[in-house]
Amino acid sequence: MKTKVLKWILFSAAGVVIWWLIYSNLSAFAGWFTYSLLKMEQGRHLASAVEFFVFETPKVLMLLVLVVFGVGIIRSFFTPERTRKILSGKSESVGNVLAALLGVVTPFCSCSAVPLFVGFVTAGVPLGVTFSFLISAPMINEVALVLLFGMFGWKVAALYMGVGLLIAIVAGWILGRLHMEKYIEPWVFETQVGENVAGQVMNWQDRINYGLTAVRDIVLKVWIYVILGIAVGSGIHGYVPEDFMASFMGKGAWWSVPLAVLLGVPMYSNAAGIIPIVKALLEKGAALGTVLAFMMAVIGLSLPEAIILRNILKPKLVFTFFGIVAAGIIIIGYLFNMVF
Amino acid sequence: MRKIQILGTGCPKCKKLAECAEAAAKELGIEYEIEKVTKISDIMKFGVMSTPGLVVDGQVKVAGKVPTVEQLKEMLK
Repeated sequence: MKTKVLKWILFSAAGVVIWWLIYSNLSAFAGWFTYSLLKMEQGRHLASAVEFFVFETPKVLMLLVLVVFGVGIIRSFFTPERTRKILSGKSESVGNVLAALLGVVTPFCSCSAVPLFVGFVTAGVPLGVTFSFLISAPMINEVALVLLFGMFGWKVAALYMGVGLLIAIVAGWILGRLHMEKYIEPWVFETQVGENVAGQVMNWQDRINYGLTAVRDIVLKVWIYVILGIAVGSGIHGYVPEDFMASFMGKGAWWSVPLAVLLGVPMYSNAAGIIPIVKALLEKGAALGTVLAFMMAVIGLSLPEAIILRNILKPKLVFTFFGIVAAGIIIIGYLFNMVF
Repeated sequence: MRKIQILGTGCPKCKKLAECAEAAAKELGIEYEIEKVTKISDIMKFGVMSTPGLVVDGQVKVAGKVPTVEQLKEMLK
């Protein structure tokens, strides 16, 4: 057993070194590929688009593999059942903060939003705390953070995470204050929730496998969006004139933030598809707050989610939930536009 | 006779789990019946919050992921 672990450590260390060598040479490779191999002329639109594409695609995919694996290992420690146990019986304010933080690390898929909601509420997790979890879980995810980090650096990624947590905490807290329990479909409270849960004990081998499965699942699912997104981004990078976006997505246009959120809600895309486009928009003069608001609306609020939630929440509560989160995103958008 | 229940509201992963469980049972050559539990209140009775879930003879074996056919064979034995 010990030699096996040792082998794994050596293997991973070698992997990281090779990963780093390739990663740090990508920019040079993209330049060589575009200007030496394809013999394109410097300064042309097409050359600039090709260089962008050849650099960004492997970069983002490599970051994805590394981070999704790491996050997969972390997630193997947090099951929804354990999260529920931590949250039940917590007072509201502390609960909101904890729920938002746990939303980041607990494995979550929007198709389990309903069973999760029912499980939390019937276990005595306050409604507002449950909402904090439901806001943060989809909005702050490793794919969004990797892409933000890869394209804008750690500051923007950290800001996104901080702001996402803030919205989840505050919006959940407000929803809790509104005491809207009566707008939950009555059958939710009649549901008998069993205690029968597979108590699988994981060893390190299992956790590594869990991480590898996460890499396979997520990368297989998003790679096509990454490439498409970067391709569109490259096109904009190469062809759209500088400051083209400034007139209608810049700081000057006060209506751009609410409009971005309105446009974002019906759009349903994962972070992988949206961020490369966002990058291109930013480069051409769109304001950071507007773009972040758009992104949060696309990832955090979606029509399919509303339809799923409608199964357990009466329309008034669905609207209130979306309204409060949307308002939070709009405020954040304005704030960013003012500060940066 | 093994009773296999698949818990899930119809997401792609639930269908995949049903297929894999069926394949595993066939490979083992055991007698089985398979049932899909799609109503949320019924799923909740098993205490499962992340779908898909696998229940064998009333016992929850898996929640929130699709194991490999090999692993499923272990659970069905």
